[in-house]
Amino acid sequence: MKLSRRMLLATGVAAFAAPLLTRPVFASEDTIKIGVLHSLSGTMAISETTLKDTMLMLIDAQNAKGGVLGKKLEAVVVDPASDWPLFAEKARELLTVDKVAVMFGCWTSVSRKSVLPVIEELNGLLFYPVQYEGEESSKNVFYTGAAPNQQAIPATDYYLNELGIQKFALLGTDYVYPRTTNNILEAYLISKGIAKEDIFVNYTPFGHSDWSKIVSDVVALGADGKKVGVLSTINGDANIGFYKELAAAGVKADTLPVCAFSVGEEELSGLDTSNLVGHLAAWNYFESADVPENKAWIDQWHAYTKNDKRTTNDPMEAHYIGFNMWVNAVTAAGTVDVDAVSDAMIGQKFPNLTGTVAEMLPNHHLTKPVLIGEIRADGQFDIISQTEPVPGDAWTDYLPESAVLESDWKDLKCGMYNKETKTCVQLTSNY
Amino acid sequence: MRALFLAVLLACFGLQTHADTVAQIANAHAADLAKPSRQTIGPVIADLAASGDPMAAKLLEAWGNKALGQRKSDKAFFVLAPDAAGYALTDLTGADAGTAPKAEITELKPNAGVRGLIASALVQFTLSDPDPQRRAQALDSIAQDPKAESLAPLRASVQTETDPQLKAQKQRLERLLILRFDPDPAARVAAIASFGADLGLDLRGALNPLLATTLVASAGDASQLNIARTLHPGHDLAAADAYDLLVTAGAAPARLTHEAQKKALAAHIVDGKVGTVPVADLTDQSARDRAYTDLEAAGTVPTAATDDEVAAAIAAHQFYEVYAEPNRSVTTAAQAALAKISLAVGAMQVADLTLDGLSLAAIYFLAAIGLAITFGVMGVINMAHGEFITMGAYTGYVVQQIVPGYTASLVVAFPLAFALTFAAGVALERLVIRHLYKRPLETLLATFGISIALQQLFKNIFGTQARPLTSPPWLDGALTFNDVLSISYIRIAIFALALMFLAFFLYLMKRTRLGLEVRAVTQNPAMAASMGINPDRINMLTFGLGSGIAGIAGVAIGLFAKVTSELGTDYIVQSFMTVVVGGVGNIWGALAGATMIGGLQKAIEWLNPSNTLAAQTYMILFIILFIQFRPRGIIALKGRAAGD
Amino acid sequence: MTHPFDQIPARSSGSKHSGGAGSGPRILATRRLSRLPSTFWVLAVLVILSVAVTLLSPAFGLGEMSTSFVKTLGKTLCLCLAALAMDIVWGYTGILSLGHMAFFALGGYMIGQWLMYARTEEIVVQALSSAPIPATATEVAQGVATQIFGVVGGSDMPWIWGFAYSLPLQLALVVAVPGLLALVFGWLAFRSRVTGVYLSILTQAMTLALSLYLFQNDSGLRGNNGLSGLQNVPGLGAVTQDVLSIWFFWASALALALAYLGLTWIISGKFGSVLRAIRDDEARVRFLGYPVEVYKLFVFTLTAVICALAGALYYPQAGIINPAELAPIASIYLAVWVAIGGRGRLYGAVIGAAFVSLLSSWFTGGRAPAVPLGFYTIDWVDWWQVLLGLSFVAVTLLAPKGIGGLFDRALGLHTPNRKGAPLGPAEGALQEQEAVE
Repeated sequence: MKLSRRMLLATGVAAFAAPLLTRPVFASEDTIKIGVLHSLSGTMAISETTLKDTMLMLIDAQNAKGGVLGKKLEAVVVDPASDWPLFAEKARELLTVDKVAVMFGCWTSVSRKSVLPVIEELNGLLFYPVQYEGEESSKNVFYTGAAPNQQAIPATDYYLNELGIQKFALLGTDYVYPRTTNNILEAYLISKGIAKEDIFVNYTPFGHSDWSKIVSDVVALGADGKKVGVLSTINGDANIGFYKELAAAGVKADTLPVCAFSVGEEELSGLDTSNLVGHLAAWNYFESADVPENKAWIDQWHAYTKNDKRTTNDPMEAHYIGFNMWVNAVTAAGTVDVDAVSDAMIGQKFPNLTGTVAEMLPNHHLTKPVLIGEIRADGQFDIISQTEPVPGDAWTDYLPESAVLESDWKDLKCGMYNKETKTCVQLTSNY
Repeated sequence: MRALFLAVLLACFGLQTHADTVAQIANAHAADLAKPSRQTIGPVIADLAASGDPMAAKLLEAWGNKALGQRKSDKAFFVLAPDAAGYALTDLTGADAGTAPKAEITELKPNAGVRGLIASALVQFTLSDPDPQRRAQALDSIAQDPKAESLAPLRASVQTETDPQLKAQKQRLERLLILRFDPDPAARVAAIASFGADLGLDLRGALNPLLATTLVASAGDASQLNIARTLHPGHDLAAADAYDLLVTAGAAPARLTHEAQKKALAAHIVDGKVGTVPVADLTDQSARDRAYTDLEAAGTVPTAATDDEVAAAIAAHQFYEVYAEPNRSVTTAAQAALAKISLAVGAMQVADLTLDGLSLAAIYFLAAIGLAITFGVMGVINMAHGEFITMGAYTGYVVQQIVPGYTASLVVAFPLAFALTFAAGVALERLVIRHLYKRPLETLLATFGISIALQQLFKNIFGTQARPLTSPPWLDGALTFNDVLSISYIRIAIFALALMFLAFFLYLMKRTRLGLEVRAVTQNPAMAASMGINPDRINMLTFGLGSGIAGIAGVAIGLFAKVTSELGTDYIVQSFMTVVVGGVGNIWGALAGATMIGGLQKAIEWLNPSNTLAAQTYMILFIILFIQFRPRGIIALKGRAAGD
Repeated sequence: MTHPFDQIPARSSGSKHSGGAGSGPRILATRRLSRLPSTFWVLAVLVILSVAVTLLSPAFGLGEMSTSFVKTLGKTLCLCLAALAMDIVWGYTGILSLGHMAFFALGGYMIGQWLMYARTEEIVVQALSSAPIPATATEVAQGVATQIFGVVGGSDMPWIWGFAYSLPLQLALVVAVPGLLALVFGWLAFRSRVTGVYLSILTQAMTLALSLYLFQNDSGLRGNNGLSGLQNVPGLGAVTQDVLSIWFFWASALALALAYLGLTWIISGKFGSVLRAIRDDEARVRFLGYPVEVYKLFVFTLTAVICALAGALYYPQAGIINPAELAPIASIYLAVWVAIGGRGRLYGAVIGAAFVSLLSSWFTGGRAPAVPLGFYTIDWVDWWQVLLGLSFVAVTLLAPKGIGGLFDRALGLHTPNRKGAPLGPAEGALQEQEAVE
C-alpha cells in the first residue's frame, strides 16, 4: 500500500516535471524558421485561416525555388485562438523557443498591440497585413496593410468629389480601428467644410445582427435634402446582417451609397450580392484586377487550395508583398538578423498585384494604390477608380496631436518624432 | 450654383460643337471618356447630349450601363453586347463592327457620380420615351439631382403622360421642383401648402434646405436679413463660441492658448529666466502667466486679449441665425409645413420602433421556443441548444447547394432541419442527459462540452467563413407604408413563423395525448409511470421536439443574419434569459419574456442611438434587477406545478 | 528519517492527546489542517515546482526552460488559485457561479490601471524633460491621457482613473471593487432566494453585461483594446522579463500556497461543515437556524476577492487584459476545470486547472503531432476543441469525481455506501473519508 502510494507520488511528480525539463527540439539548423501567428480558432479564425494558408503557400513556393540563402524555409504555425493575451504568449514562444527569423501575423489592432511589447523587448520582426488606424510605427513591425490615408481618406475624397456626398454616416464596429478612423475622417470632413451636424456616427458590437433600426436611421438622414453616403468600418460577419438589411430596405447605391473598408471578396462570399450591386469598397487590391501577376496569383491560390472558388483578398496581397520583400531583403542583407533585415527592408520594391510597384518606406509602411470597387452581382468588384501608389502615413495629418509627429527609421531612427520640438518622443510604441 | 455652371457650359458648348458627330466628340475626348471624373466630364457629356446625333442617346446609355468599350489596339470606342466570342461591337456611327474577344477590349466603367451625370443628360431623351421604364428612370434621375432647368421639360412631359402612376409621380416631382426653384414666391408657398402633412422623404428633403441657417454676428443693422432667431451669448450660445465667431470673422483678435503661451515663453528664455521668473518655476500656470505678463510689459510679445476685452467684443455684437433663403413668406410656410410633418413623422417613428421591437421579440421567441420546451418544461439546461440552431442554419445552406430554386430549397430545408436536429436531440438525450436528470448543474457542463465540440466540428466541416443562405425572391424587399414606417418581408415571415410555433406548441401541449403525457411526466414522473406512461419515451420525444424546433428556427434566423459556426452562441444567453425572465414552464412566459427583452432593447437603442452596445448592457442589467424582484419570471407557475 | 506521509496521521493522533492540555489555538489549527493530508502534498509539490522552475529558468538557473514557459506556469498557478475559489463556492457550497472570471478580470483591470498609468507617466515625464520649459502637472496628466487614450481615439482621462497614480490605492481597489460587486450582487441574489441553475444563469448574465459594458470604447477602460503592455512593471525598467517572470512565478506560487492553507483551514472547521450542509440540503440548514444567506454571501464575496487577487497576479504576466477575458465562456471553463479536477476537494481544483490549461496551451501551440489516418489527417489545432468538449461529457458521465477520483481509487478510498438519498449535487466531496484516513 505505502509502496504504491510512493510510486504514485514519484510518477506524479515525474509526469508533472517532464514537460518542464524537456524543451521541444525541432528542426535542424539548416532551415530558416518563419512564425505564422494567425488565429485558427475563435472569432477571428474566419479571416485569419486564409492568411495562414497564404503564408504556407508562399513558403512552399519559395522552397520550390530553392529557399533563401541556400536554406529551406520552415513554417511554424501556432494558434493564438483569437485570444489577445495568447498572441503575446505565442509571440514570445516563437521568438525564444522556436527562434523564428520573422513572424507574419495578427489581425486587428488589439492583437498587434498585445504582441508589440514582446517583439520590441526581444527585437523580433512582424509583418502586419491588415488595414489599420495608423498612429503607430514600431521599429519591429512592417505594416503591409493600408494606413488611413491609403484607404479611408481617398474613399472620402471619392465621395466628396465624384459622388457629391454632403452628409456622412460613419458606421463602425465599436473598437479601435473604426473609432480612430472615424475620428480622423471627422476631422478631415470638417476641414473640407462639412458641418459637424452632417456627420452621423454609430457604433455597434462585434457580430451585431439586428440592423433594422440603424438602417432606417441612416435612410432618415436624407430628410434635409442633402445627399447621404455611408462610410462603413463594420467588421467581420456583422456585415452580413447589415447588407441583408440594406437590401431588404431597398437602399440603392444611387441614392445612398455604402462604402466599406472591411468588406472584401471573402466577406461577400457569404452573401447574395444581387441586391447590393453598386455599393462600394475601398482597398488596395481587388481580385478582379486585370493584371497578369494577379492572374498567376489567383491560379496559384486555386491550385494550392484545390478549390476554384476560393477568393483572394487584400490582406493576402499584403502578405504576398511583405513576404517577397522580406525574402529579397534577407538575400540583400545576406543574413536573417533582424536589424540587418530591417535596414535592408527600407527601400525594397516589389510589383504588387494591381499593376504598379510597392515600395517600403522609412516609416515601415508601403506605397499602395487606392482602388475603389463597385460590388457586382457575382460577388466581385468593378474597379472604378485606381490611384497611383500613395505613400502610407503612420501619423495622420488631420488630428492635431499626430500632425506634428513623423516616423523615419532610416535617418531619424525614430518612430515617433516630433517635428516641432525636433525630438524623438519615444522609441518604443504605445500599446 | 453647380447646376447653373453646367447649364452655361451646356449652352456654349452646344452652340460651338453642334455640328460634330458623336464619334468626333468621343475621339476628341478619348482620355476623359476612358477615365472620367465627375468634376471634369460635365462638358463632354453636355456636348454629346447636345450633338443632335441620333447615336448620342445610345452611346450615353451604353456608357452609363458599363457597356461601352475601348479596343486596346487602336483606342476606338464601341458599344458592347456580350457574345459567344466575347463582345459584339457596334461602332459610334451605329454600324456593326463585328466581334472581338474579351482580352482585346477594355470595358469602361464610369463611377456612380459620372453615371448620375449621364442619367441627367439622358433625361431630355427619355422623359417622353415610349418605354415607361425609361421614363421612370428619368424621373428617378431628376429626383436624385433636382435642378431648376429640369422644371420646364418636366412640365411639358406631364401633359403627354399616359401612365396614371407615372403621371402622379411627375406631378409630385413638378410640385417639388416648384417649391424649390420657381421664381414666384406665391407659387412656392402654394406648392408647399399643397402637400399637407406628407411623410415623403423627398418632401422633407426639399423643405429642409429652405430652412438651413447660418450663424451671423452683426454689429449694425440686421433688418434685411431673414432672421430665424436671435441668440444671446451666455444663454443659447456659449461665450467662447461667440468669440470664436468674431475671431473667424476678423472682428476680434484671437485669444492666447496655453500652447501658444508656452511657445512664446520658450522663445524668450534669457539666462535661465523668462521675464523675472526662473525657468524651473514654470511648472504651474500662474507662474507662466506672470512670466507672460512680464514679457508683455517689456513689449517682447504681442498683447493677448484679456477677459474684459472678450466680454466687450461680444457685447458689441448681435448674434443671429439667418436663413439662407431670403424670402420670409417661403420660410414661414416651410416651417409651418415641417412642424405638421414632424408630428406625423414622430408618430410613425414610434410605430416603426414598435414594429422593430416586435420583430426582434419574434426572433428571440423563435430562438427561445425550443428552449422553453427543454428548459422550461423539462428543466434540462441544454447549453448546446444554440448549436442546434446553427445546425438548422447549416442544413438550410447545404440544401440550397443541392436543391435548385430558393423557394423549393426552403420547402425541403425546413422539414429536413427539423428531422436532423430532432435526431440530434434524441441522441443527446439518450446518450447524455438521461443519466443526469438528477444532477441539473452537471447537465449544464456536459451540454456545454457538447456545445464547444459541435462548434468546432462545424468549423472543421464548413470552414470558418460565413455561408450564404439566401431568402427566396418573394421575401426580398420590405412592406413600406411610407418613408418612415416599413418592415422587411423576411421579418414579417419570421413573425408569422413565431406565431405558428406558438399555436403549434399550445395545440400540442393542451390538445394532444403527447402533450398530456408530457405534462404528466414533468409534474410527477413516478405517478405518470404508474399510469402506464413511459417517462423515458416521453422525455426523449419532448427533448427531440425542443431541439427540432431549434433547427427550424435556425433556418429562419440564417435567412436574415449570418450563417457561421458561432450563430447559435449569439442567441444562447439571450434565449436563456428570455425563458427565465418570462417564467419557466410556460409558453406564454417565453412570449412575454421575448416581448419584454425585444421591446426594451429597441427602446434603449432609441434613447441612445449612437451606441448599440450600451443598449445591450443596460438591458441585461435591467434583467438582473428584474429577476431580483420577480425571481420566478413574469408569468410564474403557482402551486404544485411550480416544482420545488 | 520518517517519511512525511507517515507523520500526518501521527501528528493528528498526537494532537488528540495534547488538545486537552489547552495549549492554544495553534495546535487546534494544525490539527484542523492535518485532517486534510492533501495539504502537505500540494504544498510540497509547489515547493518542488518552484525550486525546479528557478533552477531551470534563464534568469537564475540553467536556462533550460524558456521565459515564455515560466510565464505560462506562473499564469497557470494563478488560474489554479481562481479554481480554488471556484471549488469553495461550487464544490463546497453548491453555488455554481458562472461569473467568477469576471472578478478575476476586474482584479486584473484594477492592477492594470496602475501599471499602465505609472509606466506611461515615466515615458511622458522623460519625453517632456527635454523641452526648454518644465512641464506643469496638468501637462503631464494631459500627456498621460493622450498616450493612453490616443490609441483608442480619445484624449481625456476618465474619472475611474482617479486613483491610478498610486499603487497602494489601486491595490486596495483590486480587493474593493470586485468585493463590493460580489457583495451587492450576492446580497440581491441570495436575498430573493435565487438558487440552482437560475443563479448560474444570473451570474452569467452579470458577466455578459460587464463584458459588453467594457467592450464599449467609451467605458473608460479602452474598450476592446483593453489595457496592454502590463508586463512592463513601472520602476523596474532595468529588470529583464527573464527575471520578472520568475518573481511573478514566486509570487503566484506563494499566493496559491497561502490561499490553499487558508481555505483548507476554513473548510475543515465548523464553518466548512455548514457550507457542505448548505450544498447538500439548504432548506434543512435554514431550519436548523443557520443564517444561510449570510454564509453564502460571505463565501461568494470571499471567493470573488480571491479571484480578483489571482487576476491581479495573472495579468501582469499575460501582458494584456481586454473585455474578452470576462466573456461568459471563461467562467464556464473555470467550472469545467474544477469538474475535471474533482469538486469538493481543493487539490482537485488545482489539478484540474493546471492539467486542462497546460494541455490546452500544448495543443494550440501547434506542438502536438498530427495523426495521419490515411484518408484524413487529424490536425490537433482543429480537433483539440472537439476532444476537450467530449472530455467534459465523459468526465461528467463516467467520472463525476474527476481526476481526484482516480487518486481515491489508487489510494483505495471509496464513497461510503450509504443507504437512502444520494449524496447531493456533488458526490465528489469526500472530506469525511480523508479525515478518517
